[in-house]
Amino acid sequence: MAMEITQYLLAAQSPDARVRTEAENSLKQFQEQNLPQFLLSLSVELANNEKPSESRRLAGILLKNSLDAKDSGRKELLVKQWFAIDLALKAQIKELLLRTIGSSVSEARQTSAQVIAKVASIEVPQKQWPELVGSLLNNMTQQDSPAHLKQATLETLGYVCEEISHHDLVQDEVNSVLTAVVQGMNQSENNAEVRLAATKALLNALDFSQTNFENEMERNYIMKMVCETACAHEAVIRQAAFECLVSIASTYYEVLEQYMQTLFELTAKAVKEDEESVALQAVEFWSTICDEEIDRQEYDSPDTGDSSPPHSGFIEKALPHIVPMLLETLEKQDEDQDHEDDVWNISMAGGTCLGLVARTVGDGIVPLVMPFVEINIRKPNWRSREAATYAFGSILEGPTIDKLAPMVAAGLEFLLTATKDENNHVRDTTAWTLSRIFEFLHTPDSGFSVISPQNLPRIVVVLLESMKDVPNVAEKVCGAIYNLAQGYEDAGASSSLLSPYLTEIIQHLLAAAERTDGAESKLRSASYETLNEVVRCSNLIEAAGIIGQLLPVIMAKLGQTMDLQVVTTEDREKQAELQASLCGVLQVIIQKLSSKDETKPIIMQNADQIMMLFLRVFGCHSSSVHEEAMLAIGALAYATGAEFAKYMPELFKYLQTGLQNFEEYQVCSITVGVVGDICRALDEKILPFCDQIMSLLIQNLQSEALHRSVKPPIFSCFGDIALAIGGQFERYVATALQIMQGAAQVCAQMDTLDEELMDYGNQLRRSIFEAYSGILQGFKDAKADLMVPYAQHLLQFVELVSKDSLRDESVTKAAVAAMGDLADVVGEKTKPLFSNFTFCGEFLSECLDSEDEDLKDTARWAQGMIARLMVTS
Amino acid sequence: MAPHDLRRPFKRRPISDQQKRRELSLLRQSQHRSDAQQRARNLASSVISLQSPSSPDVDPEELSEPMPDVDATGHESEASGFNIRQASSLRGPEARKWFASQLMLPEWMIDVPENLSRDWYVLARPAGKRCFVVSADGTTVSRLRNGSVLHHFPSALPGGARKKGVSGPAQSYSILDCIFHELDQTYYVIDMVCWRGYSLYECTAEFRFFWLQSKLDETGACDPPSFLHKFRFSVVPFYNCDQTGLHSAYTESSPYVKDGLLFYNKHAHYHTGNTPLVLIWKDERCSQYVIDTDNNGQVLNQQHIVLELQDDGKIVTSDDPPVVVNCLNADFIKQSGLTPGSLVRFAIGDGGLKCVDGKFEKADLQYISLSNRARAFADSYSKIMFQYMARHSPLKVEDLASMISHEDQQDKSPEVEMSG
Repeated sequence: MAMEITQYLLAAQSPDARVRTEAENSLKQFQEQNLPQFLLSLSVELANNEKPSESRRLAGILLKNSLDAKDSGRKELLVKQWFAIDLALKAQIKELLLRTIGSSVSEARQTSAQVIAKVASIEVPQKQWPELVGSLLNNMTQQDSPAHLKQATLETLGYVCEEISHHDLVQDEVNSVLTAVVQGMNQSENNAEVRLAATKALLNALDFSQTNFENEMERNYIMKMVCETACAHEAVIRQAAFECLVSIASTYYEVLEQYMQTLFELTAKAVKEDEESVALQAVEFWSTICDEEIDRQEYDSPDTGDSSPPHSGFIEKALPHIVPMLLETLEKQDEDQDHEDDVWNISMAGGTCLGLVARTVGDGIVPLVMPFVEINIRKPNWRSREAATYAFGSILEGPTIDKLAPMVAAGLEFLLTATKDENNHVRDTTAWTLSRIFEFLHTPDSGFSVISPQNLPRIVVVLLESMKDVPNVAEKVCGAIYNLAQGYEDAGASSSLLSPYLTEIIQHLLAAAERTDGAESKLRSASYETLNEVVRCSNLIEAAGIIGQLLPVIMAKLGQTMDLQVVTTEDREKQAELQASLCGVLQVIIQKLSSKDETKPIIMQNADQIMMLFLRVFGCHSSSVHEEAMLAIGALAYATGAEFAKYMPELFKYLQTGLQNFEEYQVCSITVGVVGDICRALDEKILPFCDQIMSLLIQNLQSEALHRSVKPPIFSCFGDIALAIGGQFERYVATALQIMQGAAQVCAQMDTLDEELMDYGNQLRRSIFEAYSGILQGFKDAKADLMVPYAQHLLQFVELVSKDSLRDESVTKAAVAAMGDLADVVGEKTKPLFSNFTFCGEFLSECLDSEDEDLKDTARWAQGMIARLMVTS
Repeated sequence: MAPHDLRRPFKRRPISDQQKRRELSLLRQSQHRSDAQQRARNLASSVISLQSPSSPDVDPEELSEPMPDVDATGHESEASGFNIRQASSLRGPEARKWFASQLMLPEWMIDVPENLSRDWYVLARPAGKRCFVVSADGTTVSRLRNGSVLHHFPSALPGGARKKGVSGPAQSYSILDCIFHELDQTYYVIDMVCWRGYSLYECTAEFRFFWLQSKLDETGACDPPSFLHKFRFSVVPFYNCDQTGLHSAYTESSPYVKDGLLFYNKHAHYHTGNTPLVLIWKDERCSQYVIDTDNNGQVLNQQHIVLELQDDGKIVTSDDPPVVVNCLNADFIKQSGLTPGSLVRFAIGDGGLKCVDGKFEKADLQYISLSNRARAFADSYSKIMFQYMARHSPLKVEDLASMISHEDQQDKSPEVEMSG
């Protein structure tokens, strides 16, 4: 029997904290002691129209929280608990919920719709609620169903579709759902609420409709209804209909051809005259078409051959109409759009779409945009000048350099002058456009740059002057300098061109970083990031002195952060953020200077002080280790080599803390990488620390709580440790190999359709092979036989991987290498295995045919190792 | 239903510098990791390469000896497996030349090798045309020993026919050493040289035969002919050369007409050209062609041999290095219109041949004529001797069997002592 819990639900919302806590405790107790009755009681409460809306609302929330949680571990537990509940009782709950969507109280209807979807998310995939869809559809087909029931039913269908996958329904169910939803959109039969609910439900049901979209008649019907709805009287309904069109554009691009004329007219009208919320969706429709066509173009590279998906060239065909439509939006700027991050308006959407169109069609856009630029760029109205500049900046990615170069060369001086425009927006967009020019038309490495030794001095002067502009402009200028420097990276002789200006540029960047008028410290981090790129891309021989001088400056700044007054959490965050930027700069400097023997001594001389600073940074943050400091320590370990041993006693506890930081898994991951760096620096001197490191790494691998992305680096780290300590790895081999075999098993069972999961799978597989390689090579001289029991499993794993056509090249390489390592290290005893695993030959020959020289070399080596094995007897 | 977020990045770089720093660090780490592992590997392989890969039963000279320079087209024979790829793109006469020198040619068995039962396989050689079968790029070609094309056809070998959904890389190629048997129009496979692009040149016969057996069947190449598979392939059964194996190969009936027995040393690589690690032996029972016949199939009264004339007038066998049989005087050469490099046919006179330590001490040669043009090579020493012995004191199957049983005795002798 359900319990009467109204008073507790109300008391739990009392302003009196004592009353509230007591009621919350009672509810919690009830939940813990008898979950089934608790859920039933909540459902009864929610279903009862006599009850106050406050108690019903909380009942709904508690129900949802008992069925779903953001945390995946918790969610799993909740699902288990639900499955454990008696079927009859669950039937009662579901019945109550289905009844509630017919309630006259709209809030109760809505809440129960959401709860039903949560139950559906658990039960439908398990085929445990077969009558759900039928029961909902019944609400739609009953002649006398009131409008509010239809509305709530459609909402429920929408939520359910959102929660489950289309594999969970049979086609008949999909057909009925879709029919009900599309009929619900019918203007002549339904009121606005029903039509809105139906249109929103359709958005979620679209993913289910593959089969229906393949059928022309059904597709025509759906498209007709959506297009009609896009002209509805109510703006919210039109907006929902356009959202459906956006989704259709990406999901059903292939079948859009016959509707394009209509869709163009609809969207053009909306962009021109509809409310902004609707117009934004209409622009998004075209941006989505661009996304699709860009994807297809990238996919359509010569090596993939004829299997690329069809490309209908919608943008190309509609180009003369779309471009004017988009240009028109550009002059509808908000006054303060450059200052606020969460603004999204029609001119921003239109400009963004214009950039996508340029990437889609390339040269074709240039003659359509340039007249607009030329007419508007000198107008007295700032909106015209900004729009013209934005249009120009937008089309710089996509068209060929040949097409753009003359215009950019002609316009560059104008833009440099415009950095002094009286209007903040114009200057902001001008700086952004300059940064785009340097991004796309400044690649001396490949033989073209709009920047010459003649105009470079002027450019640098203008940029440095603009660094003093208001923060939002200065931030864009940082971007321009970033791209300017980037162009000179690895650019041979021309990389010297920037050298004379380095000192001045660095000074200005440091000054900008010091400014206090930059909101949310965006300018400061932009300055430091640009500083990093300037250092990274500099010509080291010429810049060594300057970078050598920068080092103590940055070290001093980092030292000063320790003295900042830290009272509030906000203070602490600010301190950490500043330290992050400075550690980042130090990391870049360390890496740059240690890349050449001539400049390495600068790091060696300062290593003790740098390390001390990093340790102090760690000391500032008791709860965690600082990610950027850790990254920098990895670079330092590489620079100092075996000398790094002297820092280990102090550093070790922070390594341990880092390895145990599951919450900020990036920190954990970086720490794992740094352990690898240290292994390579110290070799066998890492041994005293290995027991503790290995035990932490193993715990991490076994933990459910650690983010999965950290697990591949841990396996790679096994290899690093093994290679460093050689035969001493013996004591870990049994445990390590057991886990590696377990992980290989997991790889074998992964869902190959899930792209993100496959990415992870590739990383995991590569790292397992790297672990094998490190361990095998580490055992080479003394303990090779220890690996005999694992040889078969390794080859099985290689075989499995070799049969996966989706595997990444890096996985292939690691697999081949590990196979060669096995033959090389264990030798004789693996001969029968290699004879049995006949896939090896095919796999090797596939690798030998690769374009990748590295892979070929590895395969050749592995083939040699295996062939030797076969020769000796 | 969460509202769809429309916002796209606006005036922003897509990647933060911090992300870039992370990625560069990862790149550096993975580069150093692979450097470190690579160093470990190179160390290992340079240690190994110092040890010469030999076994006590195989003449070390044989294994470490570089393969003869293949041809005049500039292809080194070193790492011959890889050059097959280039060779497969050769056309016309170049291709013929190349293939002509790629077959492993047995020596004739003139004495019984040691450890037959332990180190050798035996198989009954099908009568027919010895050829290379190459499948690649959707077609299959068979080439005779002189390099000319025998058939050009679709087959079920990897890459051997144009069809959809073939597994494996498109460029892979396979090369089989076969004998085409006219009667049942079947390619009998006696060796596997490359399989799906994986060279087996450097592999032992033991491994090649194993691989041949396990791989060929799964392609469907052994199935009856069909539209995309014009000729049937069949693996020639091979046996360990013990009493039973020898008996099986020698006496058991086979779907093909036999032409002698082939003996393969298990440890030998695929060696292009003549090799003493593959031997052919024949007698009247297992071959119709023990003693050379004329064009009409009649056994000649005298043994004919073909030798090559050198610059200095010496006439030599096709062996490498050549064995000198005799010397022609300059007048005779001039008078007969012979030039250096000519292949010359002789009959062996009643004086016969006498050999000591692989050198001819005496050879009673009677000049017949210049050899016909189809001929590419002179006869080998072992062929001349085998033919000679066949006419005078042949090596009999009983000799082989008794050698094996003698070896078995030796192997067993310790056991006998123990039990006694």
